[in-house]
Amino acid sequence: MSLTVTNLTVRYGGREVLRDVGFALEPGAFCGLIGANGSGKTTLLRTILGFETPSAGRVERDGTVGYVPQKLQIAADMPVRARDLVALGLDGHRLGFSWPSAGRRRRVEEMLASVDALAFADQRVGELSGGQLQRVLIAHALVSGPKLLLLDEPLANLDLRAAAEIVALLKRVAGQGVTVLISAHDMNPLLGAMDRLVYLANGRAASGRTEQVVRTEVLSELYGYHIDVIRVHGRILVVAGNAEAHHHHDHDHVAAIP
Amino acid sequence: MFAPYLLNAWVVASLVAVASGCAGFFVVCRRESFAAHALPMAAFPGAAAAALFGLGQVYGLVVAALGGVALLLWLKRGQRSDAATALLLVALLALGSLFLSLSGRYADSVYALLFGQIFAVGPGDVLPALVLGLAVPAVLLSGFRPLLLSALSPDLAMVRGIGCTRIEILFLSVLALAAALALPVTGALLVFSLMTGPASAACIMVRSPRAALALSVALALALIWQALALSYLTSWPAGFFTGVLAALLYLAPRIWRTARPAPRSPGLA
Ligand SMILES: Nc1ncnc2c1ncn2[C@@H]1O[C@H](COP(=O)(O)OP(=O)(O)OP(=O)(O)O)[C@@H](O)[C@H]1O
Ligand SMILES: [Mg+2]
Repeated sequence: MSLTVTNLTVRYGGREVLRDVGFALEPGAFCGLIGANGSGKTTLLRTILGFETPSAGRVERDGTVGYVPQKLQIAADMPVRARDLVALGLDGHRLGFSWPSAGRRRRVEEMLASVDALAFADQRVGELSGGQLQRVLIAHALVSGPKLLLLDEPLANLDLRAAAEIVALLKRVAGQGVTVLISAHDMNPLLGAMDRLVYLANGRAASGRTEQVVRTEVLSELYGYHIDVIRVHGRILVVAGNAEAHHHHDHDHVAAIP
Repeated sequence: MFAPYLLNAWVVASLVAVASGCAGFFVVCRRESFAAHALPMAAFPGAAAAALFGLGQVYGLVVAALGGVALLLWLKRGQRSDAATALLLVALLALGSLFLSLSGRYADSVYALLFGQIFAVGPGDVLPALVLGLAVPAVLLSGFRPLLLSALSPDLAMVRGIGCTRIEILFLSVLALAAALALPVTGALLVFSLMTGPASAACIMVRSPRAALALSVALALALIWQALALSYLTSWPAGFFTGVLAALLYLAPRIWRTARPAPRSPGLA
């Protein structure tokens, strides 16, 4: 297992945000971490990273970890290009003011190419669009060759097409043996790619293979609200309310359910 | 044609510019302008106390500036109100002015410490300036990447095992040393100008962090040499020229950028 979370409980002040959360991911798994706003997705990822100390339970990680945070505001006048940010993923912890070696520069270049970011590699990170920045952040997280990649709502501000491209990119990464854990409040963009799912509600987690969890009975139970799982053109969609209504593009509708 | 006192002034001012240009780059990237303003203010009563007790000025400056770091961290931690912070800064100025008045050399010293008196630099000032002027850039350059990464995102830095609190304390301490070094030259009120003017211009003019750092140092050197020359020619205070030139440096690239259509950088004022 490349990530094992056992009986994890996390409190802020006296309040329990996560209770008895447990799941395990194999190398190369592509796992969605799904939950409404405030359900504890960020908290769980930060606890896995070791930024928060759980009051009970354990996190076991195998190998190094890459992380794409939820919020990253970089001022437009920061003199840092996309390629500099990726290079910092490789040697940002090192001391000394050396220019990157030819080998490191090549590694950064390859990484930028693999996330399709060469076109804006010399632009300032503060001036990138949301989708471009996401790619660069993924390259930053992957360039050091981690075994586990955690992404916090990387699709939140992307249009449908950009989201699909990022998902396809992450699927390729998982195909290379990296375990991907990606949080989202809307599972639709992930349905074609994820093979595992951790669902957070009321501080508890339900987890399993996607087919086991993405079923009308299970989801309706979890959301506490009627959910339809419908199939269109060979794809699965999760919608609130009845399947006749054409709601399948209405992501906020699903996300808004507490 | 240059008298030795001019040579001393030139050497010390150049060291100040290199250290300030370096520190200023990180001040701008890490959004620590307030610290760059507050630490010289905190150093001021130190210099005044040194004058009162007849100690070396540089020691008073260094100790007080480092005390200022502790104060700053305390203020940040408790999220004190702006008013409390401003009152504290003014109280430090008041304390300094009391020490100076007790030391009996009030007017001259106040002027020198607030606005700088570069031509008053003596041969004894060169060695401490040399030590600080080399130590500050050395520490900042060796921490270049962690300082930059933690400025971009504390979370990304933490993932790479960088302790952000430690980095913050280290940076503020180095900034305090840079402020203590610059204060006698530019004065407490103008250390801020020398740190932020050249650096923020550099950050707008080039995109790569290493190039921006180098340009920041070059601009700070150009600025201080210019201020020295103008002050020598006009016998107006060097501090005046430092303040005005720094403001011009800050504004010029911004005006240039807004005036000209900027194809690759929309949304930048
Ligand atoms: N530092 C903190 N101190 C106290 N409470 C916190 C802190 N961070 C988060 N919380 C609380 O913990 C709960 C979970 O927050 P978290 O940010 O993990 O949710 P999330 O699922 O990531 O939400 P979103 O979809 O909005 O990003 C929320 O109720 C939030 O108010
Ligand atoms: Mg979150």
